[in-house]
Amino acid sequence: MDVLLDIPVLGFILQFLVYLVQVIGSGHIAPIILGLATPIALGALCGVMNERSGVVNIGIEGMMLFSAYVAFMTALFVHQAFPAEPGALFGATPALIAGVVAGIAAGMLISLLHAWLSISVRADQIISGTIINITALGLTSYLNRLIKPFDSAGTFQSFRPPAGLVNLPGIGWLLEMFTAVGPIAMSVLVLVIITQVMLFRSRWGLRTRAVGEHPKAADTVGINVIALRYRNVLIGGVFAGLAGAYLTLEATGSFQNNMTAGRGFIALAAMIFGRWTPLGAFGGALLFMGSQAIGVAIRLAPPSGDLGTFLAGIQQAYPSIYNNFFTGLPYLLTIIVLAGVVGRSNAPAADGKPYEKESPT
Amino acid sequence: MKARLRSYAGLMLVPALSILLALLVASVLIIASGLVGTEKKVNLLLPLIAYRSLIVGAFGNFKGIANMVVAAAPLMLTGLAVGVGLKAGLFNIGATGQVLSGGLAAALIGMQVADAPVLIAIPVAMLGGMLAGALAGFIPGFLKAFTGAHEVVTTIMLNALIQLIVSGLVNDVFRAPGFSFARTAPVGSAELTGLGNTTLHLGVIFALVCIPLSYWLLWRTTVGFEIRAVGANPTAAFYAGMKPRRMMILTMSLCGAFAGLAGAIEVLRLGYYPAVFGTGIGFDGITVALLGQSNPIGIMLSALLLGAMRAGAPLMQIQARVPVEIIDVIQGIILIFLAAEIVVRKIFRLRTAGVGAGELQTITRTYGEKVVG
Repeated sequence: MDVLLDIPVLGFILQFLVYLVQVIGSGHIAPIILGLATPIALGALCGVMNERSGVVNIGIEGMMLFSAYVAFMTALFVHQAFPAEPGALFGATPALIAGVVAGIAAGMLISLLHAWLSISVRADQIISGTIINITALGLTSYLNRLIKPFDSAGTFQSFRPPAGLVNLPGIGWLLEMFTAVGPIAMSVLVLVIITQVMLFRSRWGLRTRAVGEHPKAADTVGINVIALRYRNVLIGGVFAGLAGAYLTLEATGSFQNNMTAGRGFIALAAMIFGRWTPLGAFGGALLFMGSQAIGVAIRLAPPSGDLGTFLAGIQQAYPSIYNNFFTGLPYLLTIIVLAGVVGRSNAPAADGKPYEKESPT
Repeated sequence: MKARLRSYAGLMLVPALSILLALLVASVLIIASGLVGTEKKVNLLLPLIAYRSLIVGAFGNFKGIANMVVAAAPLMLTGLAVGVGLKAGLFNIGATGQVLSGGLAAALIGMQVADAPVLIAIPVAMLGGMLAGALAGFIPGFLKAFTGAHEVVTTIMLNALIQLIVSGLVNDVFRAPGFSFARTAPVGSAELTGLGNTTLHLGVIFALVCIPLSYWLLWRTTVGFEIRAVGANPTAAFYAGMKPRRMMILTMSLCGAFAGLAGAIEVLRLGYYPAVFGTGIGFDGITVALLGQSNPIGIMLSALLLGAMRAGAPLMQIQARVPVEIIDVIQGIILIFLAAEIVVRKIFRLRTAGVGAGELQTITRTYGEKVVG
């Protein structure tokens, strides 16, 4: 092994991989990866819900941003009106729970706009999504300037799994990944599995896929295409709203303008990477955001040897480029994966095509 | 001639009514702003005060008009960067990144020619900006044509990436010594200085020339015909002997060049590239293109409108205490009404046939599909 590690470039890459495996297995990095992947995975679930029934949703970004704002402000108002001590479980307070509920409601409200524009008005769906992104960015920036909140309702706390569980050899890091996190991140795996099973094993799922592939045939056998699309877009809004609430109430405890920073689009790419399946999209989210966690890992547990010297040298000479490199990795990976995957995957056949019932003549 | 005029009127009717409705809806938000502001009371006249100061700020005196034109010039270019793409069925929302790369290139080239004569320095720096912008547009065009990766996702990712690359370069590599914040060295004679005591500068002419130029390109040349044919139906264009892939790459590069020029103008106006170059002109370009129905004349008019809002907004913030961000909200609401054309027609009981929005239907069609040719 040591001989291999001494080969000039390849050895260096090997050193890096060995370091990654070590740090994910022991450095408490796994829960951070899940945390970073949570909004992406939830956004991708929103995308799956929409596109499996034939509605393209580019507006996930805007839905998340608007929900993040509404969730934050609702939690703040409730917190100021009814201050409460953090609960025993996840440090939950009435304010935080109200915030999550409001965030989900906000996500559904915006998705109703998208549903109306793209299903009823039959506007171009990508334009509709873009308009939602522009409006959400403008509206939240405007409101954020108008009502400058200096206070915060705090955040949900991560669960602390017993040390015995985390230190289990082999699978300890995996258990830690899904338990040493807050409630919304913890619910992601559950939601992904439920959606996966429902989509492929339930009557609703069969109908959704039928409407997404061939709405006319679905209509012929008595499925209400319009109603089903409306319902699915609204359920998608629930996921986007939860993602927004995660950003302000679990990840940061504050709201910044444009804090989604392209996450809605990374979510779309994760969905395409996962070939429009919830489980695949979740994998894509972990992959994309795992790359960003490398930067965190290196900061928490700097590698030793040549690798460490090399990285420290770069950080010394080019601090901004060094930091931006890790921040930018998910975006770069998204482009590469999208370019490599799209050609070999098929979107639902009726994706993006508005349905118009023909009048019987 | 008369029929032509009428068709132009039909083209402008829905956008104009959308603007009107958006201003009405936004006035509700403005009244609400008075409620949480310093005075904490409902003032039903506040929207009127705000809109009046907006108009006075933009048209009140020659300085204001100059500010408006200077704000509109880069918006015309980013509007073209989105609008020409729409003609080819491509939705270029990467103007932001293309603006940044064009801006940095112009600043770096401007540094090199800082001592050259003005008439050489400015065009050379602008050309550099256009080339860098074209490169930033080429990448998503190439990816779309040969891998099918949709430009909406790739351009957004590139916006974020270019932002990170550019700020990294300015902070670590091109940082000029002797300044308290990270910025590049001055561009010297490439700087677009204001005429007289206004902000009017030479770059405005470059932007204005691009409007008839793109009109000529789209409707009077073979390339323009092919761009529009690919936009209408790439498969049909392919079987008619055109090369949709090549056209997509060419169009995206062209769009990038427009946006790059916009970035060059903004940076040369400043005289250097700041590490934090926050500019909304890329995103405003989307509004400008959609509001202008991706027609060059329409783009010019919408850019002037948005430029007026941007130029007048600071005075509005001072006089009516309405945050300048209301402009972004108004943009969004205008676009919602524009997309919901049917609703606008119902409200005003219009009977004229819809025009313009039809070609926008083609963008979603290519989503997730490979391109032939």
